[in-house]
Amino acid sequence: MDAQMYGSIAAIGAGLAVLGAGLGIGRIGGSAVEGIARNPEAAGKIQTAMIIAAALIEGVALFGVVVGLLGGAK
Amino acid sequence: MQQAGRFSSLLQLFVLALSLFVFQPVALAAEEDNFNVGEMIMHHIKDAHEWHLFGPEHGGTSIYLPIILLDNGLSTFSSRHFYAGHPVKVVNKETGLTIQYLKGSGPAKEYALYHEEIYKLNKAGILEFKGEHPHNAQPLDFSITKNVMSLLMGAILILLIMFSVAKFYRKNGAVAPKGLAKFFEPLIVMVRDDIAKANINEHKYEKYVPYLLTIFFFIWFNNMLGLIPFLPGGANLTGNITVTLFLAVCTLLVTLFSGNKNYWGHIFWMPGVSVPMKIFMMPIEIIGVFTKPFALMIRLFANITAGHIIVLALISIIFVNKNVAWAGLSVPMSLFISILEVLVAFLQGFLFAMLSALFIGAAVEEAHH
Repeated sequence: MDAQMYGSIAAIGAGLAVLGAGLGIGRIGGSAVEGIARNPEAAGKIQTAMIIAAALIEGVALFGVVVGLLGGAK
Repeated sequence: MQQAGRFSSLLQLFVLALSLFVFQPVALAAEEDNFNVGEMIMHHIKDAHEWHLFGPEHGGTSIYLPIILLDNGLSTFSSRHFYAGHPVKVVNKETGLTIQYLKGSGPAKEYALYHEEIYKLNKAGILEFKGEHPHNAQPLDFSITKNVMSLLMGAILILLIMFSVAKFYRKNGAVAPKGLAKFFEPLIVMVRDDIAKANINEHKYEKYVPYLLTIFFFIWFNNMLGLIPFLPGGANLTGNITVTLFLAVCTLLVTLFSGNKNYWGHIFWMPGVSVPMKIFMMPIEIIGVFTKPFALMIRLFANITAGHIIVLALISIIFVNKNVAWAGLSVPMSLFISILEVLVAFLQGFLFAMLSALFIGAAVEEAHH
């Protein structure tokens, strides 16, 4: 009963950042899979490009999460 | 899928891995009544002057790491002089909360430890608090903390492995490897071909392969060590923003010092656009030189720290509800996230090396026309 969890706008902000990341990476994954379906020989290159793009987007989303952590912590 | 060996099915391996993770809650402190999730998570994420092994947080079994302070002269003592002493409780007049800090004894008697930071006691022998933080002066702290110790252990591990791999090739030449070299050769070839050769100029990539290999293996090994809940792992090294800052600065320095005329020309005087655009793009490109390593730093720090926080929070489900039956939900979820974290550990190392190679490649690129 002593675990004090208080909501804050920072948490909502972090959630929005994660929402954006989810949408972006979902689109990348979809396009990558479609590309592999069209051209199975290029699967290796497409996979590498997908991983790089996904990690870049995740980096940006984590900026948002870090700002959320900073805003929520005292 | 029938495999030879002890595990006749993947399911058996999964169940064994699941049962090992039951020990993860036991590895955490057996807390008393007031269990503060936020504080427990912060304690595990942050650096510390002791390596806490098991038992309650104050008074359990830990390895007391040496403290090295530079304060008009060098003082060195074990952190036992802080942790084995008695905590001083102070009530904060503004908020009414009780703050607890550790006063040093013996060679540490001029100092106090609050939230793992060392402060000098004032003339009255206490810490004065302004709001949340003490107002006292701080000595220069060069201690061997948990993160430093984990760094040293990770470095020794990498050196041992890599020297053993090198010794194989030195003894046997360029043949198909056996043993440890057999595991690491595809990884080293991957860094050389897919990361270095693919992103850096064909004639210049060899110079940068050692740096990229170091970055990749350092980040990967330390991420993996951070996932193991007991010694030698368990310190959140790559989740420490100072460490990732240093790695990003290394990439920045390598990029800056290998920049050729074409690279600097693109930054200061972008070719192929009109003069007003050139002047407009100059500050953007200059800032861009610094934001790219900054993004590298934040990406690695946030990924690893967020992963640790998630695992710790899922395990705390058991402690917050004070009922071991919640382990049925908590342990499989933590296991799943931990498997994801293993993937993230490799991916973040790969990605840091790949992006460093991209930046270096842009720096050494020759003009197209």
